[in-house]
Amino acid sequence: MIASSGNSLSLPEFVQHTTHLLASIGLSSWEQAYRLLSFQDHNTRVVLLGTAMFGCAAGIVGVFTLLRKRALMGDAISHATLPGIAISFLIATHFGWNEKSLPLLLAGATITGVLGVLAILVVRNSTKIKEDTALGIVLSVFFGAGIALLGIIQQMPLGHAAGLESFIFGKTASMISSDTVLISVASLLCLSFCLFFFKELKLLCFDETFAGSRGYPTTTLDLMLMGSVVVISIVGLQAVGLIMVVALLVIPAAAARFWTDKLGSMTAISACIGTLSGICGSALSAIYPRLPSGAMIVLFCAGCFTVSLAVGSRRGLIIRSIRRMRMNRSIAGQHFLRTMFELTEGQEASLEQQEISIEKLNFARTWNPRELSDTIRRATNAEWITRIGSQIRLTKKGRIEAERLTREHRLWELFLIHHADFAPSRVDREADHIEHVLEPEIVAELEALLSENQKTIPQSPHLLAHHVAEDEMQTRQHAEPTHSSRNRE
Amino acid sequence: MQPLENQIPTTSKSPLSVQDLTVAYHRKPVLWDVGFEIPQGSLVGIVGPNGAGKSTLLKAIMGIVPLASGRVQIFGKNYRKARQQVGYVPQKESVDWDFPVTVLDVVTMGLYKKIGWFRPVAGKHRTQALQALESVGIADLANRQISELSGGQQQRTFLARALVQDAELYLMDEPFAAVDAATENAIISMLRKMKSNGRTTIVIHHDLQTVPTYFDHVILLNMRVVADGPVEKVFNEDNLNKTYGGRLTLLDEVSEAMRRRERSL
Repeated sequence: MIASSGNSLSLPEFVQHTTHLLASIGLSSWEQAYRLLSFQDHNTRVVLLGTAMFGCAAGIVGVFTLLRKRALMGDAISHATLPGIAISFLIATHFGWNEKSLPLLLAGATITGVLGVLAILVVRNSTKIKEDTALGIVLSVFFGAGIALLGIIQQMPLGHAAGLESFIFGKTASMISSDTVLISVASLLCLSFCLFFFKELKLLCFDETFAGSRGYPTTTLDLMLMGSVVVISIVGLQAVGLIMVVALLVIPAAAARFWTDKLGSMTAISACIGTLSGICGSALSAIYPRLPSGAMIVLFCAGCFTVSLAVGSRRGLIIRSIRRMRMNRSIAGQHFLRTMFELTEGQEASLEQQEISIEKLNFARTWNPRELSDTIRRATNAEWITRIGSQIRLTKKGRIEAERLTREHRLWELFLIHHADFAPSRVDREADHIEHVLEPEIVAELEALLSENQKTIPQSPHLLAHHVAEDEMQTRQHAEPTHSSRNRE
Repeated sequence: MQPLENQIPTTSKSPLSVQDLTVAYHRKPVLWDVGFEIPQGSLVGIVGPNGAGKSTLLKAIMGIVPLASGRVQIFGKNYRKARQQVGYVPQKESVDWDFPVTVLDVVTMGLYKKIGWFRPVAGKHRTQALQALESVGIADLANRQISELSGGQQQRTFLARALVQDAELYLMDEPFAAVDAATENAIISMLRKMKSNGRTTIVIHHDLQTVPTYFDHVILLNMRVVADGPVEKVFNEDNLNKTYGGRLTLLDEVSEAMRRRERSL
């Protein structure tokens, strides 16, 4: 690419230039970037493995909490860990232990995290306060207590508190091998819980009552799932920090739902998004040390979500708007055929021998001109009609289809009038909405209910729009003779 | 083998006997001193107004809601021991039909207990589930996502999930609610076939007009059992008035008073 254009940089110059650029944003040399990306650096390996394991487990546990509609419980739990961290730190300094020991700090975090869950359950079950309110109270009160304790720690003469704040926003750079082992073991535990109990958790999330009737210990399973959320929140403290850990419990699962309708694939996709976010986020933060890892992981996750939202193959916005467009087109086509039928109805000549002008069609319904011409084009392609200039004629195929549609429409109108007590003047609109979803079995039921036989098309119960329009057209033609001729051109 | 084709032997024990059953939610009594006994092979309808405690009764029988007092026996045994012989069809509104599973997945859920912990669903379980779907007439929908189902098809899916279990006593919570006529007919003919094979089915029902044609035994429930017995004996205007008439019965008033006192605490 560089060689192809004459006055561009030579390769050594290009490398030098890029190195300079990278150095200016915090990377000293190509070599370092290479070392990072090829996992040669021990520290990078440690960090990436830890965040990958965490991301994977969070993605999987997140699927079940999302489906169980407990997505925000993780947020409350993670906020409730802060006072625990601060208290462990205080205890460790008091007894002269290593106050930066991760297992110790996380043990404290677990205790207050669990206390937070219990507090939510107590408030919810013993008062009239709803769960969301209880969540809000517990989350903010525990977090506030944690911040207050951190303030106290910073005032202390010993003052080794630097680093505790990294639990709030996350800082992977501080991870060491033993931390990774802890994170990996805990993540594996949650991961295997979800995989070993996959079908039981599926049943619990889908239909708790049925699970109970079959003798499953639903409360225990639920508590174990909550336990996994506690573990994930705590494991994520170091990597993403307590404020953002909920993102990894919610976003990968929500993104995965756009791609699939199967729980198995949803779990796999969510795990992949979690893992990728963990790896890419912490790698970015390792390459550019100024970028905080937690924020990078969450932003990468959000990127995956946005892409899924747009192009997800099952529920993405694009695929849905395509489906909606197809639906609208098919509805327009059905309206068109029915209008064709109604315009030719009751005439002596058979339907296939009658020509209808586009102008007449235009008056029979409130079309938007483009919609009408598009619909005519599609109907021609579908061989429903043949078109000669501005005249349209139904083909045999088109006639059969038009008869069927009109018949279903009128059956439904009759049903609305006779069985659902609708005013005849309103039925046309109501029938328009529903007729496009009439399935053969429903039509059969309508026939039975209205004791209509299989063949005939009932008369329209209301005055058809084109009759009104025709009258109107005639009046207009009298008043404004040039109007119709101009339209015909 | 189609599910429920085999004849089950008659036993001397009643499939379901309920004695002095009382259930309370947060101290507000929902069921008072309910007692009845169901003969084997009968098709039983439970009718009563909204809030009469019909669903709660089924849940109490299965031990999903705690009993304040009373005893439930299934084939002479505790529910815990007789669980395998009981099939349950919850109200179809009780679940999220947007859940990411297929119709076949839902039906295999009826086999999870048989499959056991830690074991995956195998091919033979899927075959069984498919047979159950066939017997309710929607085998062609097996691989559909459940959000694509109509109300009637949802109900058939739930029925298939209960049938695959091949139980002897079935408890169904409003299987006829919001289904099309074809599904209603299919369900009732299936229930009759089950009855002829010795199965007992208890159905919560809303449409009073069809009670005499559908059921041979009826329980009129409004927080307590107003009447229970063969349809031709107890399903009369007098009992219906007692069940549905007078919106605020004394029982309602008492329980309402208890609830008010609870609220003011």
